[in-house]
Amino acid sequence: MKNSERHQNAVDKLTGIAQEVYDQLDGGKIPKMMIPLRTKSNIRFDSKAAVWKYGKAMGARSAKKLTGAQMLLRTMYMLEFIEDMIKDSKSSTLREMYYISEGWPKAKFSAQDESNMLAEDLEIITGCMREDFKLRPEEDGARVMGNITIQETDRKGKKKKINCRDDVGDSGYGVPYNVEKEKIEFVDSDADFIIAIETGGMFDRLVENKFDEDAHAVVVHLKGQPARSTRRFIKRLNEEMKLPVVTFTDGDPWSFRIHASIAYGAIKTAHISEYLATPTAEFVGITASDILNYELPTDKLNDKDIQALNAEKTDPRFKDEFWKHEIDLMLEIGKKAEQQALAKYGLDYVTDTYLPEKLGQLGILK
Amino acid sequence: MASIAHELAKNQKEISVSEFFEKNKQILGFDSLTRALITSVKETVDNSLDACEDASILPEILVKIEKMDNTEYKLTEEDNGPGIVKAQVPNVFARLLYGSRFHTRAQRRGQQGIGVSAVVMYSQLTTGKAATVRSKISDEDTAYECDLILDTKKNRPERLREDRVIWDREHGTSIQVHLKGKYMGGKQSVFEYLKGTAIVNPHAKITFVPPEGVPIVFERASDQVPPPTKPVMPHPEGVELGELLSMAKYTESLKMTSFLSSEFSRISNRVAKEVCELAGVPPEQRPTKLTLEQAGAVLEAMKKVRIMAPETDCLSPIGETLIRKGLKNVLGDVKAEFYAPPITREPKVFAGNPFIVEVGIVYGGELSKEEPVQILRFANRVPLMYQQGACATTQAIENVDWRRYGLEQRGGHGIPFGPAIIMVHLASTKIPFTSESKEAVANIPEIKEEIELALKACARRLKTHLNKAEKKSKAKVKFEIVQDIIPMIAEKSAKIVGKPVPELSGTITKIMNVVWIDDEVSYEKKRHHVLVRIYNYTPKSQGFHLHMVVPFDKIDPKSLELQPLEVRDGNKVTWDIKRVSSTEEFQLKFDLTGLSQEEYGENEVYVSGIDAASVIGVDVLPGDWDLEHLKITGELPVDEGAAAEEGEEEDVDYDEGAEVIKDEE
Ligand SMILES: Nc1ncnc2c1ncn2[C@@H]1O[C@H](COP(=O)(O)OP(=O)(O)OP(=O)(O)O)[C@@H](O)[C@H]1O
Ligand SMILES: [Mg+2]
Repeated sequence: MKNSERHQNAVDKLTGIAQEVYDQLDGGKIPKMMIPLRTKSNIRFDSKAAVWKYGKAMGARSAKKLTGAQMLLRTMYMLEFIEDMIKDSKSSTLREMYYISEGWPKAKFSAQDESNMLAEDLEIITGCMREDFKLRPEEDGARVMGNITIQETDRKGKKKKINCRDDVGDSGYGVPYNVEKEKIEFVDSDADFIIAIETGGMFDRLVENKFDEDAHAVVVHLKGQPARSTRRFIKRLNEEMKLPVVTFTDGDPWSFRIHASIAYGAIKTAHISEYLATPTAEFVGITASDILNYELPTDKLNDKDIQALNAEKTDPRFKDEFWKHEIDLMLEIGKKAEQQALAKYGLDYVTDTYLPEKLGQLGILK
Repeated sequence: MASIAHELAKNQKEISVSEFFEKNKQILGFDSLTRALITSVKETVDNSLDACEDASILPEILVKIEKMDNTEYKLTEEDNGPGIVKAQVPNVFARLLYGSRFHTRAQRRGQQGIGVSAVVMYSQLTTGKAATVRSKISDEDTAYECDLILDTKKNRPERLREDRVIWDREHGTSIQVHLKGKYMGGKQSVFEYLKGTAIVNPHAKITFVPPEGVPIVFERASDQVPPPTKPVMPHPEGVELGELLSMAKYTESLKMTSFLSSEFSRISNRVAKEVCELAGVPPEQRPTKLTLEQAGAVLEAMKKVRIMAPETDCLSPIGETLIRKGLKNVLGDVKAEFYAPPITREPKVFAGNPFIVEVGIVYGGELSKEEPVQILRFANRVPLMYQQGACATTQAIENVDWRRYGLEQRGGHGIPFGPAIIMVHLASTKIPFTSESKEAVANIPEIKEEIELALKACARRLKTHLNKAEKKSKAKVKFEIVQDIIPMIAEKSAKIVGKPVPELSGTITKIMNVVWIDDEVSYEKKRHHVLVRIYNYTPKSQGFHLHMVVPFDKIDPKSLELQPLEVRDGNKVTWDIKRVSSTEEFQLKFDLTGLSQEEYGENEVYVSGIDAASVIGVDVLPGDWDLEHLKITGELPVDEGAAAEEGEEEDVDYDEGAEVIKDEE
């Protein structure tokens, strides 16, 4: 679909939402919208795409309750705002939209989370992407270091070839928020795999140790829970350049979820898992077993950690033997560890010993 | 206490007074520097209030504290009371156990005849300085003034100087002492003491000049002097053996029958004879000859003979209206959400002494929600500042399950938590204190039970208010949905699809499906404006009866548009609301005149002839105006409307899912 078609499609779908609410009011009914429940109990494995998507359970957003009524009103404001942007060929960041709501009587968002979620709700209902609504995230994605060459179309429409090792500084190539074909194309690569890293400290360690060159790796810094563009970028590299993906994170429940969002799909964005998740990604982050085997320095699990681990036990994405075992073991030892804890054995240990061992087991490094 | 006083009096010759004082510092309330200062203020202010009440004068009291050096303070206390005759001044202020109270049983602040002399004594022992007293009675042109010290060996006053001075007031008394003390703020402080005093003495004007800072004035909230209370003779029920013996010893009566009938209440000549006969004591016997065995027999006989319950007109409770006024007046800056109508119980008796319990509760506003409630304890209109834990009042509060009345309480026992102040007043001809320092009420079962009953009665009123407030806030939310949000959704959606704004009554009545009744009362220019709004948010038109408890003769007839159907007992008024169409509003309005603001605080509105589940904001009138029943149970019917609507809606609420869907921390 061409850009203009996509936007027209979005306008049609959004108007459809308003039409439905209008019809309900006109018919003397209590207006409501039905939306798939975005809960872990409502995600199902899609065997065709090998990712987790929303199931069939629906929730109602009804004007009967105050929150529901407010959300419906917000939806109306948001529809109007998006349609106006499309008409005027403007776009806004999610943060800007949050601030725009300051001027919506009775419908102001109380936190940006709320407005982001509503934008996602609209994606789910219309089947469009937020880019189609002219909404974009304000934060950029990840940093990339490694021997791949991409072609980026810049603001002025000029195409630039960039080698993500030779043409960039030590902080790497910055992934833009839009990583679709119209913006980025992959030209060439001399890498064997992609390693996605949770913390900036570890990214810098691998870069300083020239792991990208020595191991023929593309090193990607996730910046915590990865942005959509980062996940999409990794997925495209995986599919188009046929590069296997591994994630390298801390050893705690939150890091397990980072891996899950890359490999299986995040619960929050399960409507676009197909588009964001890389089902073949493997975990080389710190596990409970690693804590014991490598005798790593640890911290005690706090209450929130324990809660998160227990929640993961009922999360369908973590149902396999590997995760079951590691989650139980972590609960049992009551400890977590950071990836940088490997420095206990020296600065080179991670690149000389830990990663070669882990990647060797997977057959990625020979 | 009286018997202790007698004991102390007998011993007075043997031990020196200063020794006595030194030994009893604690029970007299002078055991710390801070407390000594509070006690001194308390003793002098209590006396002033007693004197004014005896003379039916509206009290005007000044308390001034000046800092002289590190620990020495000068206390000046002044009143506009009747004054003291010259001959009595030295004894009153500089002789322990000299007072007008300890033989009588009457509701007074002073009981023992120790109070102010103890202050003079403490000041003398700690600073060596004399007290200066000035007093003027209305028959005289000048005031009498003297400097006094107490001869601690003889327990006799000694005058260092005396004078007659011009004093520009008709009558009154002032005392000035220098004493070692410590001036502090906080829960136990001179300020809190005076604040408490102002609450339970709304007829007093009290000016306080603290060592630093600006004078504070507690204005009077009422111009009524409490009616003077009569002293009463002890009631036979509860008199103890020792007391009976010592009364017999000191009486001026010459015969047992006249002794019994003149020194006890509720014993007539006939009853006295009956008692003597039953006890086997000759009626003509001299009371001074009464033996221990005889006294025991008399006590037994008095228990068997039918004797009327003690008279109770000797008590002067503060009363529900004045408690509310006092609390509002002094606690105004708390901006309380609700002053529960106070409770004044009927008089009861313990050990022959009549007593009355009163309770008031202040709720909400700027009171802290997280802390234990504040407890204000009073005995005969005197604030009790110390030994809260040992007091029967506190124990009664701890015994009540406050969770049933809308306050938090762990395990349903102990001091509750929440934004509330609970005040308890005990009035009696004899307050049973745990010790002479008069700080805690002793744990007498009859008293504790009465306090509990009063607390519960007042707490029910609080709960009724809280229930009403909660229902109202639920209704307000729905009101916001249908009044504001739905019309905006309609307007926006119409604009987006390019069609006219739809008619909304169907949607609105489906969401509400109730008749909403909202009432308010405001007071300005000596008029209460009462407004009852009736919104019909059901799909069909509605008619019903509306009932209010309101003094009908105070309604300004010109302000009343809809004439009532019926007025019963002068204040049970019923209107016929014939027809309010779907989505229409009806207003019932009128003004009240000739009531003080406190006399009509909240509306009491009920309906009948309509299903309870389809009305929000008011209760359905219980059969035949059985309002007492409604108050007693206090439990309002569950919001069936809400229950029903939840039942019909099968959908899971999308926005109230308990699960967190985020993967981040
Ligand atoms: N300001 C005053 N105006 C008039 N009379 C007073 C005043 N202060 C004290 N008196 C008289 O002096 C008496 C003695 O007072 P004092 O405080 O010593 O004892 P009390 O008040 O009787 O008992 P308590 O020891 O319980 O205070 C009082 O009973 C009262 O008759
Ligand atoms: Mg006194």
